[in-house]
Amino acid sequence: MFAIFTQFADWLTYSIFGLSPDSKLGDAVHFFIEDVSKIYALLIVMIYVVALLRASLNVEHVRDYLSGKNRGIGYLLGSGFGAITPFCSCSSIPVFLGFTSAGIPVGITMSFLLTSPLINEVAILLLMSLLGWKFTLLYVVIGISVGTLGGFFLDSIKAERWLQSFAAKALAQGQQNDQTNHSQTATAMPLAQRHEFAKDETLEIFSRVWKWVIIGVGLGAALHGFVPDGWIEQYLGDGQWWSVPAAVLLGIPLYSNATGVIPVMESLIINGLPIGTTLAFCMSTVAASFPEFILLKQVMQWRLLATVFLLLLVSFTVVGWIFNAFSSFL
Amino acid sequence: MKQIKVLGSGCTKCTKTAELIDKLAQESGVHVNVTKETDPQVIMGYGVMSTPAVVIDEQLVHSGSIPHRDQVQTWLTQE
Repeated sequence: MFAIFTQFADWLTYSIFGLSPDSKLGDAVHFFIEDVSKIYALLIVMIYVVALLRASLNVEHVRDYLSGKNRGIGYLLGSGFGAITPFCSCSSIPVFLGFTSAGIPVGITMSFLLTSPLINEVAILLLMSLLGWKFTLLYVVIGISVGTLGGFFLDSIKAERWLQSFAAKALAQGQQNDQTNHSQTATAMPLAQRHEFAKDETLEIFSRVWKWVIIGVGLGAALHGFVPDGWIEQYLGDGQWWSVPAAVLLGIPLYSNATGVIPVMESLIINGLPIGTTLAFCMSTVAASFPEFILLKQVMQWRLLATVFLLLLVSFTVVGWIFNAFSSFL
Repeated sequence: MKQIKVLGSGCTKCTKTAELIDKLAQESGVHVNVTKETDPQVIMGYGVMSTPAVVIDEQLVHSGSIPHRDQVQTWLTQE
């Protein structure tokens, strides 16, 4: 089904640009054209379909649903909803406060917010088409687990002590109120309205991510064509335990969303970077970014902020090591 | 004069929303005062979770996206 994109890249690279299939440049250009055309086509179709399905799901519904749940299952649900609920990362603070003032424990709220950047339909689509379903499944399981366990951990150290005072007050009030004002009731959405939503969503997401695809695939193509074969394997292979924490640290200042980093992952893996190291790098780039952490300062004290940050770094490192150790079974 | 507040943490979507309302108000000759509200505490006070959101004369009318042109037009012409 994807062969058409290979043929398209063959035609454009070799016939139109006249590059030789054996040259480094021809190889890189071919890789770039094939991946970009494939990703663009898939993105448009998939975002539309997914948006059509989840048109009536929004953060308000999730809040109402989560506010009645007990903690045991709450973290898993929080993390799961984080994966499927659409919301712009610039809404993190209002979402955090909305959940908190509904009396939802900080840990469950954080499960939601931690998983959200890691897993979304665009990330899943890219992983499926570039790295296959096994890797995708693994990625989703890990993403949900990091969110679930992270939230559980934050509640078990009583992280709510370190909220900014107004947020802590909102939480205390919310827990007393016992959620009486369930704002909206879910109503069935007519198809025409769903289509309208899906169309807007597709345009909006595509106009946001198309340049990331170019940057990501461009970097990937450069790696693909120009890094000598075996170089990565020799210097950054799984023999070097420190390469995982190094990859995590390297990922922090690099801020990208999942769309930009997945094409880079593809070529890192093709070039022989171990799967765990690649995963660690990718997750760190996507989920641990300074600009967003600075925003969270508005609702959290430094101690909590630092704890969350460390928590992420440690879990990504552990994920990396585990996957490097078990990669031969994949 | 309508007091219009755009709630949001200062992302591009919020800026665009404020600009859109300003522009349409000018085009249709309606006098409005558009301000941007970025304080999370105030945003929480309106019960808003998805930004950008629009508040007109202390009434929350929209949240979660850049509003459509015709939506804005309706707000502006409504009394």
